[in-house]
Parts: sequence; structure tokens; C-alpha cells
Amino acid sequence: MAHPLRGVAAITGLGMTAMGRIYRSTNELAAEAVATAIADAGLRKDDIDGLLINAGITGTTGGGLTLGLQNYLGLKNLRLLNHMNAAGSTAAQMVQYATMAIHAGMATHVLCVFADAPLKEGTSAGAAYGGAARNPQRPKGMAGLYAAAGYFGANTPYALAARRHMALYGTKQDHLGIIAVGQRQWATMNPLAQMREPITLEDYHASRWIIEPLHLLDCCLVSNGAVAVIVSPAERARDMPQPPVYIHGMGQGHPGDSGRAGSEWETETGARIAAETAYRMAGVGPSDITCCQIYDCYTYTVLVTLEDYGFCKKGEGGPFVEDWKLAPGGSLPTNTGGGELSAYYMWGMTPLSEGIIQGRGHGGERQVKNDVILVTGNGGNLSYHACLILSPHPA
Amino acid sequence: MTETQPTIPVPEPDEASRPFFDGAAAGRLMLMRCIDCQTWRLPARQHCDVCLSDRYTWEAASGRGRVRTFGIMHQRYHPAFQVPYNVTVVELDEGPRLPTNLVEVANEDIYVGMSVEVVFERYDDVTLPRFRPVRDL
Repeated sequence: MAHPLRGVAAITGLGMTAMGRIYRSTNELAAEAVATAIADAGLRKDDIDGLLINAGITGTTGGGLTLGLQNYLGLKNLRLLNHMNAAGSTAAQMVQYATMAIHAGMATHVLCVFADAPLKEGTSAGAAYGGAARNPQRPKGMAGLYAAAGYFGANTPYALAARRHMALYGTKQDHLGIIAVGQRQWATMNPLAQMREPITLEDYHASRWIIEPLHLLDCCLVSNGAVAVIVSPAERARDMPQPPVYIHGMGQGHPGDSGRAGSEWETETGARIAAETAYRMAGVGPSDITCCQIYDCYTYTVLVTLEDYGFCKKGEGGPFVEDWKLAPGGSLPTNTGGGELSAYYMWGMTPLSEGIIQGRGHGGERQVKNDVILVTGNGGNLSYHACLILSPHPA
Repeated sequence: MTETQPTIPVPEPDEASRPFFDGAAAGRLMLMRCIDCQTWRLPARQHCDVCLSDRYTWEAASGRGRVRTFGIMHQRYHPAFQVPYNVTVVELDEGPRLPTNLVEVANEDIYVGMSVEVVFERYDDVTLPRFRPVRDL
């Protein structure tokens, strides 16, 4: 028997701002993306009856989206409202909860919004995220052991995770580099991408170390911008202006980290649990996936996620990517817009937005076969994971 | 013990963590341990994450462990840290993992699985555990 949520909803609206050094408030960015998404879906503002909000890093550091976005947008007919944060897994989760709400009859057109503006004029991208660490308060208690060891920023846990994978499985620096270079090749075909200059593997190795084993080109961009997505009932979607992108499968996985022997958070992520759930719901397996949009805050995240979705065995991610199959012309096109490494960093909205573009067939020169599209999100140092399986075909 | 300039951001002991820092000052690696299920835990926290008991004691750990993983930091986040330096997670023989730095070893000689033992470094009013390779005879 088919899963009750399989194919009941579709993505009917997509709105995006320009990405990068766009110096506007998060409300302003969000409003632009929302207006675009509503027009894209052929709806009026009052048709929106669900609003799910995800603030980026500025939700923590100040200036991020709040529930006040409802009033900024003037939404009056909400039957569903929440401010969600499961880090980089939130975007996929918003679409999941929207789908559930639609199925339950709680809402019809659910708007899922992400906006962030960490970049300030005159500051570096690194300062936008790692800035607090430059001048930390004297931390209280054992939580302060991190800063006292010089363990700063998001780069550190991902470098430590990549190092462990390398030690356990023989993963090479080149494997990470091949991911970075392949995604840049895709970005050259994406007008929204912030980084469109082609790079070579030599450029990758020559880029400065951030924290070994991560080079600068292993790390995602920092972007200001917004993305808004509208989820609607599948039967409505057929009559709306854009080609519907149907939601066939969804899953989450959050295995946690005990911080002691036994936890393998570095090399075995929640993607494995999410994959089982989503594949079963969609009635597909890894061999059916025609393109991947994988959360790529770091090159290593792509590699370990591919393993956990069963494209190859645990530990074999390195050899799996070695033949450039993720890059343009390859057998498993992945992060076809350039991803967070080269296009724009909108947390989980980066893979989701590109999944929608591909699902609609709007990828232009970077369009790939889009029968079954895997979209993943993860965050919190590989702690939280959610995914969607999308398709232009009704379930 | 080594006298070091108090320039790095050292933690300020709080009530929950004081036995850890007092232990370090006395040259012992003190950890919380669950009275009910015997699980060692780190950092200091009221409840055991295995059995949710709130009964605990403080015991001295062996001070021995292995390099779980490490990175070599090249980014200047804080002026007190001279790059490159190692950021290392040591998995103690008792199970818990500790963020720390390895000392008495060159960065290029560190490897995952390396056997290490605790040493204590004093920074002004706080003593912190660091680790050095075990030199087996």
C-alpha cells in the first residue's frame, strides 16, 4: 500500500533574491522572495494560509527572521504558523511539515521562508560566522574547554570529522577536491551563483588551509539572501502556472552524539535513517535517483552523505566520487547549481531550491535528467538530517 | 606544570565544574560518574544521558586515552593562538571525549589512534588538561 503522504503535495512556488553581498534586512530579503514565490505560484497573498519560518545564523546573532515576519508580510489568513530551527535540516523539514498539514486539512498553501544576512559591509565572510570566537567572553565551566583548545567556528568539527574518515577509510584530499571542482563546474552555468570562475584540482590544493584537512575551497560560502517555497495540494498544483514538483518521499534522522566511545557522529550520519524512511515512502532506492542536491556546507559532507544514502558502501565515498561522476557529464549529477560551496549558502534552501529548478526542467544549460531527485539537508555538525525525494511525475 | 601567559580564553569554573578544575590544579583528571549505571561523563551535567539518573560522584580517571581525531588550525580566530596549532579530541580510556591540544609532539606526527596521557598546564588561575604521546618503554 502506498504511503499516505506520498505525492499528496507538490511545490508550486519558488522565490529567490540575488545572493551574496546584498545589504538589506532579513525581513526585506524575505519579503522579496515571498512576493516572487506568490507570483510564481499564481496566487494572491491572501491565499497563503500557512507560514513556516527559518532564520539563518542571524536568528542567533541578531537581526534574523522572527514570527514578526507575518505582520511584515501582512498575512491575515494563517491557519498554520511556526518558527522552526533544526539547523541545515530545517528547509526539508518545513516542506515535510507543510505536506503533513496539507494532508491533515490544516492548511492549503504553505509558505516556507528562509532569509539570512550575516554579511555586513566592510567585514569578511569569515568574520560573519566565526566573529564571536575572535573575542569570546570568558566561558563558564567545561563548555569553555573548546575555546581553551582553540576549537573555534563551524570549520573545526567538520575538519575533525573529515580527518577521522580519512584515517578510517583512506579517504584522500583529492577526493574532497574533486567534489569542490565538480561543483564549481556546475556553478559556471548558474546565473545566481556567487562563484563562477572555473577552478582546477591544482587551484584546490593551492587554496589556503583553514583547518587541515580542509582548504578554503572545502568550505561553503557565506551569503545574504532569501528563498521562499510554496507547498500546495497535488490536485491543485496541476492547475497552477508552474510545472508541479511532487513530493514522493521524506525522512529525518537524528542519531545524536553521546560525546563518548560508541558515537560515530563523524562518519555515520542521520542520513542513513532518513534514507530508509524516504526510500520506503517513495518506493525507490539509490539506483533510481537521477540527480542529487546534497547539503554541502563542506566537501566532506557530500562524501559522507552519499555513503549514508547507499550510493556506495560506508567508507567508499572517496573512490566513488573519484571518476567525477558528480560533475557535469557524470552519471550522478550532484549539486547542479554549484551548491553551498560555489553558488550560495541558504542553509537547506540551497539544495531545495536547486531541486525545484531541476524538477521543473528550468535548469537551462545545467538541466539534467530529473525523474527522481534527492534533496538533503543537515546541520549542527552532522547532527540533524532531513531529506525529500522530488519528481516532476505525479505519484 | 608549565607557567603560561594567561592570554587564551580560559574557562571560569562554575559550581557544576569546580571538582574538574580543582582536580586539574591538583594534577588529577576528575570526571563525573553515574552512581546508578557507572557511566563516566563529560562535561559536567546533572543527569546521566544513559539512564537519566541524577546521582553521581566524581572520580579520578586514568588520564590515558587515544587521539579520536584532530585538525591543524591555520585560521587566526583568537590572537593568543599561534597558528598552525593542533585541535585534538582525545577519547579517554573511560569513554568520554575531551577537546584539547597535544603537547610535546610535532603537528605532523599526530595520528588518529595515537596513545596519549594527560599533562596539566596552568594558566593564571585555571589549570587545563593537555595530552602528550605515551612513550612506551
